[in-house]
Amino acid sequence: MLDRIAQTGAFGRTSVQRLGQAGVFLCRLLLRIPNFKKIGPSVWHQLYSVGVLSGIVIVVSGLFIGMVVGLQGHHTLQKFGASSQLGQLLALSIARELGPVVSALLFAGRAGSALTAEIGLMKATEQLASMDMMGVDPLARIVYPRFLAGLIALPVLSLIFSAVAVYGGYLVGVERLGVDAGSFWSNMQAAVNFRLDVLSGIIKSMVFAFLVSWVAVYQGFTSTPTAAGISQATTRSVVHASLLILGFDFLLTALMIGGW
Amino acid sequence: MHKPWVDISKLTFSHQNKLIFDQVDIRVQRGKITAIMGPSGTGKTTLLQLIGGVLTPNAGKICVDGDDVHALSRKNLSIARRNMGLLFQNGALFTHLSVFDNVAFPLREHTNLSELLLRDVVLMKLEAVGLRGAAHLMPSQLSGGMSRRAAFARAIALDPELMMYDEPFTGQDPISMGVLVRLIKRLNELLHTTTMIVSHDVEETCEIADYVYLLAEGRVIGEGTPAALLNSTQPDIRQFMRGEADGAVPFHYPARPYAEELLDA
Repeated sequence: MLDRIAQTGAFGRTSVQRLGQAGVFLCRLLLRIPNFKKIGPSVWHQLYSVGVLSGIVIVVSGLFIGMVVGLQGHHTLQKFGASSQLGQLLALSIARELGPVVSALLFAGRAGSALTAEIGLMKATEQLASMDMMGVDPLARIVYPRFLAGLIALPVLSLIFSAVAVYGGYLVGVERLGVDAGSFWSNMQAAVNFRLDVLSGIIKSMVFAFLVSWVAVYQGFTSTPTAAGISQATTRSVVHASLLILGFDFLLTALMIGGW
Repeated sequence: MHKPWVDISKLTFSHQNKLIFDQVDIRVQRGKITAIMGPSGTGKTTLLQLIGGVLTPNAGKICVDGDDVHALSRKNLSIARRNMGLLFQNGALFTHLSVFDNVAFPLREHTNLSELLLRDVVLMKLEAVGLRGAAHLMPSQLSGGMSRRAAFARAIALDPELMMYDEPFTGQDPISMGVLVRLIKRLNELLHTTTMIVSHDVEETCEIADYVYLLAEGRVIGEGTPAALLNSTQPDIRQFMRGEADGAVPFHYPARPYAEELLDA
């Protein structure tokens, strides 16, 4: 019994310690004046690597999710004779929730894991140590551009995801199931409020971008420099980022709806 | 005797409850080639990382050019490191940059050279290690020995006052080995670079070293000129310098008696 209490205590202490270390890491990362002349090309390259290369996953997933929501929505709304409201249902569920959350989860799996593995491998092959030995801070030259690229890429990908998902819903609802195109678009236009729905979705995706990028670069930078260590760090990166996305989604939704 | 360029006094360092250094004293004279030799696992690479301020000792002091490395602020440590070149054991080339850009990296970071001048400096460094023709290749296209030579060119790009080599001769073919040995010696003679070599290769290291420290089991077991150590009658020094398996330094990691462990099954 005492052992179990001691183990729980040790686990809690380690967790708090790691959280503190992650906080210190974030402060060291952000409390600097970036030299954009030097990191510019690297940020550009990372935007391609984490943003453009994630595009195909985002577009395909967005299309299928939109099509599924279109099908499910039509199936349910038809029972109440309200299938003309499909555009409204689709736009609100995607702009408020599915767009930011699913694109962030996909981003954590596709780009976050890649960032963690890349930084971890650079650590294992002493590239970070050699940079440090040259008097160049690896946080500024390696970690910061990747963090910044993640911060910029995810909100844009989230917008693309939402647009494609709405189109997927249109294809199923209007083209396949025969919902009137005029009512589909006009109901959507009438129901969606830019500030409450679209902007809140963008804010959510910005918060998720911050969380995913932070977790990914931190896990890579602090990974144990072995094959097993990098593998564990990559897994932790995806798991922690996914849980943070879902937890913060609830928190942000509660704040935005104003129910709490 | 002049004031040492690197002055290590009473250095104590442990890692994961294992004592790596116990009150070690080492002095590296300015402009000389000092070799640190010893069996595997004695912490020779760790020593270079301690000098570079990558690791922090538990006790003791490491001064480079009069500055206590571990008392420097992050900014001053970064400035001090610009005067140190470290050739890592596996090269540690940046995998996302070509050989040319790897060598150009420290120059772009710390100098204001025009791209034209920078190109000439990089090509000169690459010519010195025989890799001018490989400037456009990526590190993944190089062999182990070529990676080490490219890393060597990068380490000397800024002409540092202190050069540290971590196992520079491992994995080199006889031609590259001969070139590297001569290059280290020439760099030391022409630029008066203070040089530290960590190596197992007794023959090549003793050929160019002015002074040798022998490390084993966390302490200095011998020091002196290469000739003095090669002729030493002290059992542990003799064992290492002549590559004998049995002697004062155990070949086997501590374990239960062999027969007893086999009969346990």
